[in-house]
Amino acid sequence: MSRYVSWFDSPLPCGLYYNQAHEAWRSTIRSFVDEEILPHVEDWEEQGTFPRELYGKAAEIGFLRMGYPEELGGIEMPDPFFGIVAHQEMARHASGGLNASLSSHNIGLPPVAAHAGQALRERIVPEVLAGEKISALAITEPSGGSDVAQLRTRAAVDGDDYIVDGSKMFITSGMRADYITTAVRTSDAPGARGISLLLIEADAEGVSRTELSKMGWWCSDTAAIYFDGVRVPRSHLIGPENEGFSLIMRNFNSERLMMAAQSLGACRVCLDAAVSWAQQRETFGRRLAEHQVIRHKIAQMVQRIQATDAYLLQTAWRLHSEEAPPVVDLSLLKVQATEAMEFCAREAMQILGGAGYMRGHPVERIYREVRVSAIGGGSEEIMRDLAARQLGL
Amino acid sequence: MKVLVAVKRVVDYNVKVRAKSDQSGVDLANVKMAMNPFCEIAVEEAVRLKEAGKVEEIVAVSVGPDAAQEQLRTALALGADRAILVRHEGESEPLGVAKVLHKLVEREQADMVLLGKQAIDDDNNQTGQMLAALMNRPQGTFISELNIDGEQVSITREVDGGLQKIRFQLPAVITVDLRLNEPRYASLPNIMKARQKPLDAVDPAELGVDLEPRLAVLKVTDPPVRQAGIVVETVADLVDKLRNEAKVI
Repeated sequence: MSRYVSWFDSPLPCGLYYNQAHEAWRSTIRSFVDEEILPHVEDWEEQGTFPRELYGKAAEIGFLRMGYPEELGGIEMPDPFFGIVAHQEMARHASGGLNASLSSHNIGLPPVAAHAGQALRERIVPEVLAGEKISALAITEPSGGSDVAQLRTRAAVDGDDYIVDGSKMFITSGMRADYITTAVRTSDAPGARGISLLLIEADAEGVSRTELSKMGWWCSDTAAIYFDGVRVPRSHLIGPENEGFSLIMRNFNSERLMMAAQSLGACRVCLDAAVSWAQQRETFGRRLAEHQVIRHKIAQMVQRIQATDAYLLQTAWRLHSEEAPPVVDLSLLKVQATEAMEFCAREAMQILGGAGYMRGHPVERIYREVRVSAIGGGSEEIMRDLAARQLGL
Repeated sequence: MKVLVAVKRVVDYNVKVRAKSDQSGVDLANVKMAMNPFCEIAVEEAVRLKEAGKVEEIVAVSVGPDAAQEQLRTALALGADRAILVRHEGESEPLGVAKVLHKLVEREQADMVLLGKQAIDDDNNQTGQMLAALMNRPQGTFISELNIDGEQVSITREVDGGLQKIRFQLPAVITVDLRLNEPRYASLPNIMKARQKPLDAVDPAELGVDLEPRLAVLKVTDPPVRQAGIVVETVADLVDKLRNEAKVI
């Protein structure tokens, strides 16, 4: 008789990192996924979108509001573990695209909440945290992404306004976003030094966008955005002029932690699917799980998942309790998590065979989402390089 | 009006349970626990009554181990005002729980007790009925609709033949069925606030109740594996099989 219990069906190990409140929050997300997402997610993936109302529902339970100041409609979190359990549970529906769009404000909004002028902040942040408006972050351009020195979108001062010209590429929530936190060049200083952050409202004259279709993340709206002489009030500047780059970088720390949690959740979905199939399916007179090649695949998946989980929890604890963010580990954790996801998606698919290759199977979806996880939010190559630089090699 | 809501800690309904290999019970090692879904509906109904201004205070009660505080905190996050844990390790049987609730109804001077119609672990469906008998007060079981007007309660209950409508006076015991309401989610801010709400623990001895089991479980086994079915070609084939093989008609 099998003693395998899915992580999703096991209690959290309470004591070291988790307590009752994390478990309660996890149960809420679990019911939310069961009732609001799982019955529809396959249709949404095929339709290439999901209803905007989901933002409001996710705001109501508190999912969208984690980690923002209370006076702006947020919920101040005592630790990062609430986010870590929530993002793992949200992986259970196996649509990373839905999660990417639903949480796009977690990259677009933090600079606004922390560094925008009071009037702007008080107008924008509560609407987004209530799920009424959608926020996106726009940095990458057709000419470059990770290499910010290549950013060409320009904002020129004209009286009380900036005039913005240029274009942005691969922008998550780009089609539906109401507010676009945009990296623009405000000076000719080389590299990251002439970059500022501007909040651009999507209904401003001169903003246009084109939907991009993708390998995975089907129900996420991804766009190319064009700015053609867009007038943006100077009061929409976020933080000081020419210092936008450091604001962007600062936000990456918690983003990478949550991306690791999402990838880890996807690994767990792959493992569950593989185990369940391996225990039912019989070949050559035995269950798949009794064949050494198959059981070893499962053992390797478990090994990588447990290593990623431990690394995630430890790095989260350090980010929470130490003064300086553990940048080396945050970078390498992201790599660890997406490599584990790549491995688990591959091996689960091998075990499932044809069943896993069928469109709509969670593992099929996750398989198509491996690459975007390993590239978006800092590619594996950039992450290793960042770690190497931090190590002073 | 003060309402007592009973809450039971059970295996999460999503979990596929297994009998222990020594047949002494269900294997609970490393299994996620949750509030019994029927209890959630009872809590939700109490909260709705409070929101409608018909109830002043909601007290959630659980008989169980220290870990059952988790489920009481969930009840507090859903809107209960305070909670009482009656500490008890091991099996809790309907009569024992009914006796505990009876004592607490007296101590708290509660006007109404809301319970799930049954718990999804042992499916007894007895606690509410036993409690009403102990209190010598009316009971409305398996309800799908509840209206309260002063001391007067009208309920609709789901019975085999259809729906039955009953009126009775408070104080009373009410057990809820699935279709009464759809429980809300415990939101993150409410989970945080629930940590500050009062949760008292008492021992059954303080209430003068002995929770030692009266029932002996002989063995617990997995249900027999179902044999594969067959597809019959015609109605005549079906009738033939039912008559001559299954011998049910």
